[in-house]
Amino acid sequence: MDNLELAKIANEVRKGIIEAVHSAKSGHPGGSLSAADIFTFLYFEEMNVDAKNPKDPKRDRFVLSKGHVAPGLYATLAEKGYFPKEDLKTLRKIGSYLQGHPDMKKIPGVDMSSGSLGQGISAAVGMALSAKLSNDSYRVFTLVGDGEIQEGQVWEAAMFAGHKNLDNLVVIVDNNGLQIDGDIKDVCSPYPIDKKFEAFNFHVIEMDAHDFDSIRAAFTEARNVKGQPVAIIAKSVKGKGVSFMENQASWHGSAPNDEQYEIAMEDLKKRGEALCQK
Amino acid sequence: MSEIKKIATRESYGNALVELGKEMENLVVLDADLAGATKTATFKKAFPERHIDCGIAEGNMMGIAAGLAATGKVPFASSFAMFAAGRAFEQIRNSIGYPHLNVKIGATHAGISVGEDGATHQCNEDIALMRTIPGMTIINPADDVEARAAVKAAAKFDGPCYLRFGRFATAVFNDENTYKFKLGKGIVLKEGKDVTIVATGLEVYQSLEAAKMLADDGIDAEVINIHTIKPLDEDLIVKSASKTGKVVTVEEHSVIGGLGSAVCDCLSAKCPTKVLKHGVYDVYGESGPAAGLLEKYGLDAKGIYEKVKEFVK
Repeated sequence: MDNLELAKIANEVRKGIIEAVHSAKSGHPGGSLSAADIFTFLYFEEMNVDAKNPKDPKRDRFVLSKGHVAPGLYATLAEKGYFPKEDLKTLRKIGSYLQGHPDMKKIPGVDMSSGSLGQGISAAVGMALSAKLSNDSYRVFTLVGDGEIQEGQVWEAAMFAGHKNLDNLVVIVDNNGLQIDGDIKDVCSPYPIDKKFEAFNFHVIEMDAHDFDSIRAAFTEARNVKGQPVAIIAKSVKGKGVSFMENQASWHGSAPNDEQYEIAMEDLKKRGEALCQK
Repeated sequence: MSEIKKIATRESYGNALVELGKEMENLVVLDADLAGATKTATFKKAFPERHIDCGIAEGNMMGIAAGLAATGKVPFASSFAMFAAGRAFEQIRNSIGYPHLNVKIGATHAGISVGEDGATHQCNEDIALMRTIPGMTIINPADDVEARAAVKAAAKFDGPCYLRFGRFATAVFNDENTYKFKLGKGIVLKEGKDVTIVATGLEVYQSLEAAKMLADDGIDAEVINIHTIKPLDEDLIVKSASKTGKVVTVEEHSVIGGLGSAVCDCLSAKCPTKVLKHGVYDVYGESGPAAGLLEKYGLDAKGIYEKVKEFVK
């Protein structure tokens, strides 16, 4: 799929995020938007997955370790055809299968329940180890937050993955620079992120998380790494695509009101129209 | 009394894993740098490629186990009870319990009979913690025969399971040839009419010995072995309680949240009965030889005998 097509899909994913979070009146739009292009590339280009056969044992796996950006994952899965897009509006509502954080038992296409930060990456490492034990060729991708890597368990998992040379594992760090309490540099700096992963025997790649040329180059490089796991540091903008949400920590975990919803959807509509002009 | 064979149930765990490893290719054993103590080293010797040492990182080990289970393996994640149920509680709750993944947690060194290592390593809270996780099965076997059967039974059903083992060698009283493990079913080891003793783990044998001493005093105690604490065999407990009218629970665990609490939860609703919860009375343990600690904390046969005698007086 070419970059323009991917950009159009990513814009639809962003609309899905705003629809879902607005309908739920809560949720996490900021990090969902920063990861929207990554989700799109993974599900529409990189991963070997089939929405019609979500339990295929041979499929690639994805674990959303930063589980609170579930709206981003759900909007992508809906766009891919795992479930109807209109269901996004049931997010976080009583009786809906679209739980506030990913639930593998209820949601088609979700490979691991997650949400408690630091835990998803360990499960992803377990899946990668599992493939190695039974000589399966599937790969495992996990998305962690740059705030999330303050959790010690992330480094327990990284140490193990590096030690076991799990080259079928790709850890993507959504480096949007903001967490709930503010700038990650001010709260408890995880920098330098690249040096840390390198020290744990990862092959480290940096990419622009909103440029599909850069994203494609990073994942292509990752696919060819042998003998060690890969960490992709995705330089992203929290709230990307919605003017008033960009680079605002306050949009980590709050939903737009009706007026803000209209502005956000207008922003995305214009973005979509601009992409169609290309 | 003739000399009875004694085996620590952690030994049973390691031996049962080897037997299972032969028939289940998808069985994987995880440890956190305690393979010599948890006895998974026995499995490692037989199946080195399927023994994964995660290092001293129990939370990560539980997550790895979840990932293995989500991709079709049957992982047994092993550590001391303190670091499995205690340290990794939230990983077990969120990464294993919530998605109801097929992970078996082999927790050794439970209770005060850890001995000399002392309070930091003597977990008297694990049953309480694990009971609060929806869908978690909890098994606390009484001897070597039951422990090996329990490990095999755990491997054969789909769902999370917490297996509790001890460091201290305990009497093997079940007969290998006739013993049958039924998940969720208690076993009446001795029938009686005056009082019901509901015991679990290594306290089962101590309770049987206590029942003999009680018999000498004319007290006819019924002794029930509860190896599966969750789901609890409520029918059996209600039946016995309605017969004897008095219940004593015995466990090498805090009196808060363990077998005693599970029995009270059941009886208070279904058959209100006076219950004495005997165990570790909301205190930490301490260093010392295991046998000496069991005696000091009233959890040997004599201690149980005295508690029950006073209770039925």
